[in-house]
Amino acid sequence: MTRALRRIAQIPPTALIGMAVVFTYAFVALFAHWIAPFGESQVVSSQYDPWGGAFLLGTDNIGRDMFSRLIYGARNTIGIALLITALSFTVGGLLGMFAAVRGGWVDTALSWLVDILMAIPQLIYALLLLTIFGTSVPVLVAVVALLDSTRVFRLARSVAMNVVVLDFVEAARLRGEGLWWIVRREVLPNVLPPLIAEFGVRFCFVFLFISALSFLGIGIQPPLADWGSMVRDNATLITFGDITPVLPGLAIAILTVAVNFIVDWVLAKASGARA
Amino acid sequence: MSERIEGAARAGVHPVVAMVARRLAIGFVTLFMVSLIIFFGVELLPGDFAAAVLGKSGTPETVAALRGRLGLDLPAHIRYLHWLGGMLQGDLGTSLSGDIRIADVLGGRLFNTFFLAAYAAVIAVPLAVSLGIVAALYRNSVLDRAINISTLGAISFPEFFVAYVLVLVFAIQLGWFPSFSQVSLDTPLGERLYVCLLPAVTLTMVTTAHMMRMTRAAIINVLSTPYIEMARLKGIAPWRVIVQHALPNALAPIINVIAVNIAYLIVGVVLVEVVFVYPGLGQLLVDSVSKRDLPVVQVASMIFAATYILLNLLADVLSIVSNPRLLHPR
Amino acid sequence: MMDDSRARGGLLLEIRGLKIEARTSEGAWNEIVHGVDLDLHRGEILGLIGESGAGKSTIGLAAMGFAREGCRIAGGSIRFDGTDLATASEAVKRHLRGARIAYVAQSAAAAFNPAHRLIDQYAEGPIRHGVKSKAEAYADAKALYARMQLPTPNEIGFRYPHQVSGGQLQRAMTAMAMACRPDLIIFDEPTTALDVTTQIEVLASIKDIVRQFQTAAIYITHDLAVVAQMADRIKVLQYGREVEEAPAATMMASPREAYTRSLWAVRHMEKPLAPPPALDPVLSVQHVTAAYGQGVTVLDDVSVDLHRGRTVAVVGESGSGKSTLARVIAGLLPPGQGHVLIDGGPLSPTLAGRTREDRQRIQMIYQMADTALNPRQKIRDIIGRPMQFYLGLDRAAVTAKVGEMLEMIELPKAFADRYPGELSGGQKQRIGIARALAAEPEVVICDEVTSALDQLVAEGILKLLMRLQAEMKLSYLFITHELATVKAIADDVVVMRHGKVVDSGTKADVLFPPRKDYTRTLLNSVPEMDTRWLDRLLAAR
Repeated sequence: MTRALRRIAQIPPTALIGMAVVFTYAFVALFAHWIAPFGESQVVSSQYDPWGGAFLLGTDNIGRDMFSRLIYGARNTIGIALLITALSFTVGGLLGMFAAVRGGWVDTALSWLVDILMAIPQLIYALLLLTIFGTSVPVLVAVVALLDSTRVFRLARSVAMNVVVLDFVEAARLRGEGLWWIVRREVLPNVLPPLIAEFGVRFCFVFLFISALSFLGIGIQPPLADWGSMVRDNATLITFGDITPVLPGLAIAILTVAVNFIVDWVLAKASGARA
Repeated sequence: MSERIEGAARAGVHPVVAMVARRLAIGFVTLFMVSLIIFFGVELLPGDFAAAVLGKSGTPETVAALRGRLGLDLPAHIRYLHWLGGMLQGDLGTSLSGDIRIADVLGGRLFNTFFLAAYAAVIAVPLAVSLGIVAALYRNSVLDRAINISTLGAISFPEFFVAYVLVLVFAIQLGWFPSFSQVSLDTPLGERLYVCLLPAVTLTMVTTAHMMRMTRAAIINVLSTPYIEMARLKGIAPWRVIVQHALPNALAPIINVIAVNIAYLIVGVVLVEVVFVYPGLGQLLVDSVSKRDLPVVQVASMIFAATYILLNLLADVLSIVSNPRLLHPR
Repeated sequence: MMDDSRARGGLLLEIRGLKIEARTSEGAWNEIVHGVDLDLHRGEILGLIGESGAGKSTIGLAAMGFAREGCRIAGGSIRFDGTDLATASEAVKRHLRGARIAYVAQSAAAAFNPAHRLIDQYAEGPIRHGVKSKAEAYADAKALYARMQLPTPNEIGFRYPHQVSGGQLQRAMTAMAMACRPDLIIFDEPTTALDVTTQIEVLASIKDIVRQFQTAAIYITHDLAVVAQMADRIKVLQYGREVEEAPAATMMASPREAYTRSLWAVRHMEKPLAPPPALDPVLSVQHVTAAYGQGVTVLDDVSVDLHRGRTVAVVGESGSGKSTLARVIAGLLPPGQGHVLIDGGPLSPTLAGRTREDRQRIQMIYQMADTALNPRQKIRDIIGRPMQFYLGLDRAAVTAKVGEMLEMIELPKAFADRYPGELSGGQKQRIGIARALAAEPEVVICDEVTSALDQLVAEGILKLLMRLQAEMKLSYLFITHELATVKAIADDVVVMRHGKVVDSGTKADVLFPPRKDYTRTLLNSVPEMDTRWLDRLLAAR
């Protein structure tokens, strides 16, 4: 017990705050249904009701409860961002390790494809693909996961490359082990720690990216509550000096800061242990 | 690669020239590939783009009309050659509805966007690089930690959040700046700078953090090399160690850092233009995506892509030229 | 006054009770040098010797009042000509560094700034310390380059570091250390990264220039034979403590401590000469030519025979092609011409073309045990996998056999459940041997298996390999650059240079006495345990 306490005491305060925030968000997202006083798309009053009374944070542009939508937004925005990150890690991570172990033309071809996909900002590709396929959640997930998996591919490949040149991988090749065995048993366990830290980084990026798309009106579509589009829908209020529209933005900012604090600590710990 | 460079050296060509030529070639091939993706991406759509855009409201006649206007009747490679040829001659085609010539609306918007991006870059780059150097020199100090935590925060903020907070404070409450950045082609420079200050500051805030953190990492990397230790052991003054020994070797990585961050600037520009209702290319692009106005999206994407690739190419070439090992071959 | 004390050899550096601490990954401070005393007189050379982790480099840097990032001087005094560097201000120390105390680093290639010409890096110290003008410094540099036997001394300084070879760079760095004519130079393993034939030239020029200017020096190395040539006195260190100190000749002739004697353990080993082989070779490399890509040829018409139960040592300097030969035999690099036979039958040139039995017959042991073992697998899995893979043993059989193997390599059975990170360097190398033998091979390729190890540990590994060879009738292809190791384990010897075989045959034929000029040069370049060896060698030229 005291050992556990001492361990916690060694974690920097920024990372502790980060963890507390992440747990709170996860709780809210999981139990949104029970926490929110009103339904996600339930019109409960006239538009732009002020704070207080039945509506803690007032109502939005079509009279839905702002507070309830903020809570449902946690579920939708975080959920979709997590799904995309998980997808892009599965695809990008596996292909990256595969390319590193396989080498040869497979590696050249995959790396070249990724280079082309990374040659211009992701937002531009995203806008193009959303124009072609239209804006819906499945398209959004597929497009952003595809684009983000290029970054994961690059990282996984370069980390795996550092492992592949080591003698124990050569020993496995000399033994005659198959490609999949080498990826799974020799490479994967050694690239996992940096990839886990990167998961946090990529999550933040995806989270900000889909919020940005939603803010532009081409991400998560109504009536789903989403933090980016909530800012957009209520932006008019800002001209009256009302801070309500920036609250969803603040919610995004706090979560990404929290995750970044944790990642920062994990990375610092990893580099300290190496030195 | 090294073989090829050695080959070039044997042929009497300076390896830096050979390497720069190679980078340029790769850059233009990439640009060409990207243009293919931008143009042929639409072929990925199962079925027909015209039918997809018009949806349920489309009758066979309207779909056929749209197909004709988009040139979907022609074979794809012919369309591509037309498109590319037109682009190179300044004929950018017409919008989806067919009533607007893209070239007419684009010129002014393009200038506005470049102006805003350059405005932000002029503030952000020197700021970020000098903050990065300071943080690296005094690493693990209170100052470094403060810079670290605040930049970590800045990275985490959505652009639109930063923008609206700035608007709330400086435009609505203090009333120092307009909350919309309306400019036209004949807006005088002074007024333009004033009107665009809030968007430029927003962009600066979101890009500086990344650039500064990467600069810090690059400098620390150089500072941990044996030749820096050697310079210290030769009794060289600390500032001279930095200027004489670290900086020449840190130049290439810093140039790369700046290039990488152009990406954040371009992404940021699109969002910031929407928030400040700034008449730039980004806003046009976003509007066109909502309307599924493919011809406009293709042209705007191509311009963003070309700018980005060319700037990266420039950075690549600069970092090759600033590398002493390449500059003075064996 | 100063000249007077120099003539008398007055005390220049006096270190008392030096303690140095290093920060652990948890952030705590951990003492790594535990109260070392050191005296150095003007014009005297002190050898600091010890194995990895002895703290010799740390002490060398502390003599300049310098501690690396993550280290700090925690106690004691470092009096240099009256100034205590342990407590002196940065400005005072900066004034001394480069001007009166200079440093020569292990890797000159890394310690020269790639952005500046050699001569400008030479001139920087004298100019900044106000000793010489730029023109004077340039002229002086050229004179010293000539004295250091550098080729084209008037032009070489105008090159960039990456344009100059390793041995030349090391000499240029010694010249640079001399630029301000310091009272003291710290040499931190200046020849460790060099080939033997290059090392001898660098040693000769260092010795010459230090004598000429009567400079005091601290010479740090792990090689006792090297330090014996350079030093007047030798101090032996282990784990940050002094083991013993004596004049060089005394130390060589009669070391007091057993630990000191163990520092040249491998030199005491010598495998008895074997009669010439009678049977057909188990492994035969025939007229192999190989190149990487379309580049330069690395192997040129190389033939090597390995006979059952014997050890053939392939010896050569860097760039001789000895490691490439191992890659060709293992199937990692298909040869351009020629072929490899095992038991008289041809082996496929590519790895993909070899059967499981082919692969099983040839196993490999690597130089760096750290990278040869997957840090995320338990010892049980590392040794067990070849048994499962080649011999098809089930779980219980593998567990039993892993235990036997561990016993065979003289490690406790309980190690099966450990990870490589929990083992010492020598123990890891033993695991590498066990993995190779778990496949029950005929031929084992040993690629510099003892080069990264301290002498006593290396001796243990070599003895283990010989015991296993006798017990299991193994055939070793032993790749090394150390002639002491060759004498210790080889039956047959192949000498390689620039991708070609210079000479091959039994150990007696090739080495005792050497048949070829290059073999003789190689043998003569290995420093002997005799303080007068280098002087004799130079005099004989």
